[in-house]
This record gives sequence, C-alpha cells and structure tokens, in this order.
Amino acid sequence: MSGLEGKSTLELKDIQKVFNRNTVDEVNALNEVNLQVNERDFVTIIGSNGAGKSSLLNIVAGVFPPERGGKVLIHGHDVTRMEEFKHARYVARVWQEPEVGTAANLTIEENLSLALLRGWRRGPRIAINKKRRNQFAEALSQIGLGLEDRMGTQVGTLSGGQRQALALVMATISTPSILLLDEHIATLDPNTAQVVLELTDMIVKRDQMSTLMVTHNMDLALRYGNRLVMMHKGKIILDLSESEKNRLSVSDLVSAFTRAAGEEFTDDNVLLSDAESAT
Amino acid sequence: MDIISGILAISLYEGLIYGLVAIGVYLTFRVLGFPDLGVDATFPMGGATAAVLIVGGVNPFLATAAAFGVGFVAGCITGLLNTALRISALLSGILIMVGGYSVNLRIMGGANIPLLRNVSSFDLFGEFLGLQGLTLSIAFAGVVALFIFLVLNWFLRTEIGLSLRASGDNEKMVRSLGADTNKNILIGCALSNGLVALAGALVAQNQGFCDVGMGIGIIVMALAAIIIGEGLLGNPKGITAILLCCFVGTFAYRLFITIALRVGLEPGDLKLISSVLVIVVLGIPYLRKRLRGEWVPPASRM
Repeated sequence: MSGLEGKSTLELKDIQKVFNRNTVDEVNALNEVNLQVNERDFVTIIGSNGAGKSSLLNIVAGVFPPERGGKVLIHGHDVTRMEEFKHARYVARVWQEPEVGTAANLTIEENLSLALLRGWRRGPRIAINKKRRNQFAEALSQIGLGLEDRMGTQVGTLSGGQRQALALVMATISTPSILLLDEHIATLDPNTAQVVLELTDMIVKRDQMSTLMVTHNMDLALRYGNRLVMMHKGKIILDLSESEKNRLSVSDLVSAFTRAAGEEFTDDNVLLSDAESAT
Repeated sequence: MDIISGILAISLYEGLIYGLVAIGVYLTFRVLGFPDLGVDATFPMGGATAAVLIVGGVNPFLATAAAFGVGFVAGCITGLLNTALRISALLSGILIMVGGYSVNLRIMGGANIPLLRNVSSFDLFGEFLGLQGLTLSIAFAGVVALFIFLVLNWFLRTEIGLSLRASGDNEKMVRSLGADTNKNILIGCALSNGLVALAGALVAQNQGFCDVGMGIGIIVMALAAIIIGEGLLGNPKGITAILLCCFVGTFAYRLFITIALRVGLEPGDLKLISSVLVIVVLGIPYLRKRLRGEWVPPASRM
C-alpha cells in the first residue's frame, strides 16, 4: 500500500449515495466506498460513465453529503455535514469546463483575488492591493502563458486553455490540502491538454498537496500520480500503489478491470480512450 | 431661466435621485442576476417611513436614514425568501411587491401623507447653505448621490464586494472558493432595496407628499435607464463606469420624459412610455438579427 507511513489527509468511511430514492430513477451512485488518501498522494481515478467518480468528488467537496452512516474526514476533522463553502477551506477543485472554474465578467486579478481568500473571512478591505498583485503575477509567471502581463483582462476573453490554466492557478494559489481535478483536460485540444497536464503535475509536485484526478484516459492514469483507483458501479474495484501501477500497461489495466468488475468490458468511453492512448 | 436650461435642470435633479434607484436595480438584476421586482414597494416604503417620522417630529435626516434602514430590512426579507425558503427570485420580489403595498398603507395610515407644512431634509440643507428651489434640489440630490457613489465605488472593490459581484457571475465557483453565496445575495438585495427606499424618501420630501402608488412601475423606469446608460457608455464593465452609467442613463431617460411631457403627453402616459422604451430597446436587436437572417436561440423564460 502506498504511503501508509504518511498522515492521512482525507478519509472516506462507508460512503453511500443514492439519487432519486424511491422513484423509478433511483441510482445507487456510491456504494460502501472507503478511501484513505495520504499526504502528498496523487491519486488518479478511472472508471466508466456512471461509475461514481464525480459523485465521489462532489462528496469530498461538500456539494452534497453522503447518506447517513458515511463519514468524510479531512485531517481527522469530521466535515461530513459541513456546507460546501466551508469545505473550500481544505478542498479546491478544477472542473471539466473552464467556464465553471472562472468568472467571465471579472478580470484575471479579480478572479485570483477571490481564490486567494479561500477559507478566509472576506472583510471590508480592498480586495486587490500591490502586494497581492505581485503575488498573482508571480503565480501566473510560473505557468508561462504570459497572463501576468494581462491581469486587468476580462477572463471571458481568454481562450479555453488559458482559462483552464487560470482555474488551476486559482485552485492552488491558497495551497489547499486537497486538490480535486474533475476531468479537467477533457474539453481541451490535445496540445493544450498536454500543457495544462504538465502544469498540473508541476504544481502538484511543487505544493505537495493530496490530489484526486479523475480521467477517462487510462494511459494518463498510469503515467501520472503515485496511486491508481478504479471505480465501477459505485464501488472502488482496484486500488494500486505506485510500484504496482508502474508495472502495468494499458492492456493490463483493461484486463485487470475486466477481472475485477467480474463482467465483460463494454463501455464505449473507456474502450475509446484505451484505443486513443494506444495510437 | 429659459426653457431648455429649465428642462436640463429638472432632468439633472431627477437623474441624481432616480439614479440611486437605477443603481439599486443594477445591483440585483445585473450584478446578482436576481430580478427583484420588490423595489416597486420599497420605493414608496422609504417615502412612507420618512414621511411618517417627519410628521411625527423626528429630525428629517434621521427619518431619511431610517427609510434606508426599512428598505434594507425589506430587501433582506426578499433575499431570505429566495435563499432560506428556496422561492424563486422573481416570485420573492413579487411577493414583497404585493405584500409591501399593504405594509405601506399601514405605515402611512392612508393612501397618502402631505409633507408640505413640515421641514424636510432639503429645507434644512438649504437653510445651511442658503439655497432654495431647484438649485437646492440639485445640490442636495448631488451630495447624496456623490456620497452613495463613493461608498459603493469603495464597497464593490472590497473583498466582500468582489465576492458579491462574482456571485452573480459564477455562483458555483464562488461557493467552491469558500464564500457563502446566500449571504452575498442577502447583502446585495438589502443594499439594493435600501438605496431604492432612500430615493423614495428623498422624492417624497422634495415633492411634499408621499403616495402609496408612487412606486408603481419604478422597476421598468430603472431598467429603461440602465439600458439607455449602457447604450450611451458602450456596456461598461468597470465599477466606476457602471455606477456612472446608472446616473447618466437615468438623466437621459428623465430628459426624454420631461421633453415628452412638454410636447403634450399626460403624466399618466409615462408608464406606457417607459414600457415601450424597454420593449423597443430589448426587442430591436432581435428583430435586426432576424432581418439579417441570423440564427437566434429560442426565447428564455428567465
């Protein structure tokens, strides 16, 4: 097991989530999920559509609570029933769509200023001062897109890749304990996706935060991070350590999936990304 | 005073006073994305509060401040209906608008209160500076408007103000960054209705009476003013420009109305003029696109 010696940043105990209970649309999105994420763990999460990956991230972020009986612990504190904006003190997130992680009508520096105060009381003080501006420029210069020279620009005028890079900086500028990446490169073109992915790896290594990265791409899941979790139908069916992971190829992963899920592998999405990564 | 400067002076006064209403409406509609129609009730509520207190012998400045407070509370209730009870924003405002009508009648104890015999805050201000008439009205309205402008210009740049502005832009993001968007909506609605009530209190004192019907359609007037202002200033984005846009738009709108009255329209026609103005300004861009054969998305209901 990876890093049992480290302290656990996030602990999920007996997590269950049911949507539309007692209707024909009832879905058991998460079922008996137990997960312990240690300090500096970079966990990649894969699984087919409906596997429960997004529900898992939503529960960690506090968007909705799990069913009674489940517990979410961050640094040992029970945050299960805390509101989302209180989770934000520990948990940052980058979504699939750049529009969700940034505010289009505000400028780059205004967006960063909002992000800088994650988990702090917002008071009647001017939000942007010289010291903060320097801090923003410093953070932006590290991603190498030249955004530090355009801090007064409306975010809505940036390209998708620039906005996603900004969203990544916004998620990490206040060095949260846990970073959630929800297929954050899925909507970007291949080149931009690669740039954002490398930025992600650089920032995660630099700030050493515990990271959960959801992806559909098995190749990425193997190449990045020190731990791999595979989900299927609301359950964690594989949890591989760094050494186990390093020995696997994409086709090993597919057969591992088939074995662990105990059924034929028919999901188009996973097959597709499998095929893509093979080319 | 010749006719033109007379018209300009009246419009200037009204632009300053009703500009406060436009700013209030801008805060909810544009900044928060919360279409609060409750201002139709909080405008006369401010007038009623100030009028009753002044008639009761309270210092007119205090009475005006109290009017702001009453509007602030009413706005809090609108915000709470939405955030605490999950009633839609539009309906929350309508409920306050309808319910507020009865509250206003109760506050005033009748449909209107004359104030002509009482000393208003305008009178006190005029005494102090030795001004009277329209000059006084413009001077006092200008001082209040400048004060509000400076306060908001500062507030919207603070950490709270920035998170409030972002709440209307991307609520999901703001929550994920650790700010309580419900609190922001409450602050925004309260501030908005406080400003509108403040304007109502000043209008009642300047015209010498408060009438329960004086708020009807004020929301449409404010929207018209905002749209005109945005047209004139080219969709401003910065805070200073947005605040100025509210005053400039209201001035232009009142100028238009004053001229319309001079050329023979009845005061009773004004509401129709406001409505037609908003319909034309909002409808024309769509019709132009249709004429050019451009594709336009289906009508939205919100």
